[in-house]
Amino acid sequence: MGSGRLYLAVAVGGFRRYATYRAATAAGIFTNTVFGVILVYTYLALWDEKPHLGGYDQAQAVTYVWLGQCLYATLAIQGGGAEKDLMERIRTGDIAVDLYRPADLQLWWLAGDVGRALFQMLGRGVIPFVFGAVFFPMALPTDVTPWAAFVVTLLLATVVSFAIRYLAALSVFWLMDAMGVNQALMITGIFFSGMVLPLNAFPGALGEIVRVLPWAAQLQMPADVLMGETDPLRAYAFQAAWAVVLLAAGRLVQSAATRRVVVQGG
Amino acid sequence: MEDEEAMEAMEAMEGAEDTEAFIELDGVEKVFDVRKKTGFLKRERRRVRAVDSISFSVARGEMVGYIGPNGAGKSTTIKMLTGILTPSGGRLRVAGIDPSRERTRLAHRIGVVFGQRTTLWWDLPLLDSYKLMRRMYRIPDTRYRHNLDRLVELLDLSALLDVPVRQLSLGQRMRGDIAAALLHDPEVLYLDEPTIGLDVISKAKVRDFLRELNTERGTTVLLTTHDLQDIEQLCSRVMVIDHGRLMYDGPLAGLHEVGESERTLVVDLERELPPIEAAPARVVRVEGPRQWLAFPAAESAAVLVARIAAEYPLVDLSVREPDIEAVIAKMYAEQAEKADRAEQAGKAIS
Amino acid sequence: MAEPFGGSRAGEALRAYRLIAGMWIRSSMTYRASFVVTVFGNLLVTGLDFVAILLMFSQVDSLGGWSLPEVAFLYGLSATAFGLADLTFGSMDVLGRRMRDGSFDILLVRPAPVLAQVAADHFALRRLGRITQGVLVLGWGLLTVDVDWTTAKVLLLPVMLVSGGVIFCALFVAGAAFQFLAQDAAEVQNAFTYGGTTLLQYPPTVFGKDFVRGVTFMLPLAFVNWVPAAYVLERPYPLDLPRWTSFASPLVAVACCALAGLAWRAGLRSYRSTGS
Repeated sequence: MGSGRLYLAVAVGGFRRYATYRAATAAGIFTNTVFGVILVYTYLALWDEKPHLGGYDQAQAVTYVWLGQCLYATLAIQGGGAEKDLMERIRTGDIAVDLYRPADLQLWWLAGDVGRALFQMLGRGVIPFVFGAVFFPMALPTDVTPWAAFVVTLLLATVVSFAIRYLAALSVFWLMDAMGVNQALMITGIFFSGMVLPLNAFPGALGEIVRVLPWAAQLQMPADVLMGETDPLRAYAFQAAWAVVLLAAGRLVQSAATRRVVVQGG
Repeated sequence: MEDEEAMEAMEAMEGAEDTEAFIELDGVEKVFDVRKKTGFLKRERRRVRAVDSISFSVARGEMVGYIGPNGAGKSTTIKMLTGILTPSGGRLRVAGIDPSRERTRLAHRIGVVFGQRTTLWWDLPLLDSYKLMRRMYRIPDTRYRHNLDRLVELLDLSALLDVPVRQLSLGQRMRGDIAAALLHDPEVLYLDEPTIGLDVISKAKVRDFLRELNTERGTTVLLTTHDLQDIEQLCSRVMVIDHGRLMYDGPLAGLHEVGESERTLVVDLERELPPIEAAPARVVRVEGPRQWLAFPAAESAAVLVARIAAEYPLVDLSVREPDIEAVIAKMYAEQAEKADRAEQAGKAIS
Repeated sequence: MAEPFGGSRAGEALRAYRLIAGMWIRSSMTYRASFVVTVFGNLLVTGLDFVAILLMFSQVDSLGGWSLPEVAFLYGLSATAFGLADLTFGSMDVLGRRMRDGSFDILLVRPAPVLAQVAADHFALRRLGRITQGVLVLGWGLLTVDVDWTTAKVLLLPVMLVSGGVIFCALFVAGAAFQFLAQDAAEVQNAFTYGGTTLLQYPPTVFGKDFVRGVTFMLPLAFVNWVPAAYVLERPYPLDLPRWTSFASPLVAVACCALAGLAWRAGLRSYRSTGS
């Protein structure tokens, strides 16, 4: 009970922190919208050439693009969420202070990142999506059920996204430099989440592989659930499985890392 | 460009011009348009006079303290003197140059140290930053070497030259920054809070150095500070600025007499009118229907207000206490305490 | 006094740029391992765009009527030109941060042109990764594309790269000027710079006519590669532009620079008069 309140407060803090950057948010909306327009044209040309690529029709491909722009900042697909602060705290040694907090380290950072994601979604993600829906043909359900299922997959996607970035951030305990890790996060995030092309349009064996990696839980799953391309229960199971595996791995690495801090004396 | 060169050549012929007033301000103003948030999306535009008709002059070789509460207009003045900001009105000259129009030419003749921001390269050894200064300011080799040796000696930097700046303590970095600002032999040095955050020994080192610089090279020094000790030990002259106006200009000793002598009555009239006549109060400023009247602090405000209300169409009014008074009172309270401490510190050093 | 450029303003700017960029290079070399990693990472990140194109062509034979070698040619031109600008002017997005933390004032009290100082700020050799990647794709495109090479076409190549680079530089400068108005909105310029290079990597036939009109006449990105490439590849000109426009890129670049320069001056003037 009491601790639930604590994490709620942390999440609210995360939301508020990002909400203060108004101009940056406006700039982000603009940039996401421009990129959305560019991508939509290239996808339309591609689907024109090969209709039903990856099981999508043109309207679905367009929907996928705008969903990608909407979730880009929300899920910190190229990094830049809570893990960035975490890396900085590890690098400077401030993390030692966090270890004495009467809270679970992983949950603490998860709560903050969920707050951030919620703001990025409402403040930055929704407008490009609505813009897309107004100016381009999109395949959106008129029923409430798929939208409800979509919200659930989004929550799970947020957790998986956090779990990946949390693991990456912990590596700084050993590497002591965040540059390389951040770049790796960016490259894998953009490519394996399907920001360059829907994962179900990837060819052959490459396609088979990328569709089972954890990044598939971020954009591809919510998109397919929203557009009725997959059974929601299957999507939940896939996302939840990765969430559990990655969070557990995060805990293991975390305990190894904290032992290290304690041994080194902070 | 050609004009600049021609002027430079002329100055070279005249030699070191010995103008009485090296820094000259005449009715200098700086007005900002500030947008303040008043609601979720609503913003209110307001004009703020950060510097309100300031006039003073500083002779070559003077060492002047420039003090006042936060937001009083100190750094705005410094920024205008260095050419960073363009004044909204008035006349301003440093070494005969209009700073905002000939920023780069002036840069060769001034040195600036911002207490909170460093000009040094974070990841590189201190000496590398000095080498950059040498090339950027085109300092001749022999002069560079001579100046560097001298600065290293006086500021005790010899052990730090090969240390990356990020590893320096705050005091060491400040000394490093001061040296960087002086390598090109500036005629005037602006220091913005040079001793902020430093320990007692570092403060003493910086002060000793500045005194020596001033007597030895005759460098004009203008420093803003919160530390009364800086002023007491270094400056023969103090200027106090508050609400953008110069409240006091003179020796430190005369400060407290002025601090509490006057209050300000701000009067909003129905329309624009000639300056209100209500002795002993005198109008110090008029802006449309608003007028500012200064009156002796001992005088009753109520009597004055009643007199004005009887003769003028009043809309609103407010009495402004001299804010600087609080600052100065505090400064004097601290003065006694600090004098004791400084005496002890002085003993510890010697 | 040694004044290698005779003290002219452009010479001063170049000199200051070189000095400051040199300091940043040396700074980055103090973290050698990190430097190697980021060079490699930069190459990969910028390569993702082309991987996307390859993935598309794994499913289709042409895009908007253009073959893969033709698209690779467009891509190589766009990426290399952008890479040149990114290397020389790519850090101007830190300007807003410098204004907020006050360190911009330090640049203003140095005896060097401010624009040169800002352009050289955070100069990073790792950005060579983007140019390398662009040149590789361009080389592959040139080898595989079906073109009857003439002297004019060969000569047009370096002209395209340089003019394209300059057009992107102008965009970076204009973006920096915008930060004088909105210090937190550095990301807006990404829409034009990164967005610009991304859209030029695809054939103009992919985009809607109004869109192409916009990036030809309003924001003349089309002159980076679309228009001159139409001459080289002997393809229909976007928007039925006349043939001579293929050679107009340098003029467009100069005009862009003039406009960006004016924007920068206006921005700097507003900073110095508002002190925001």
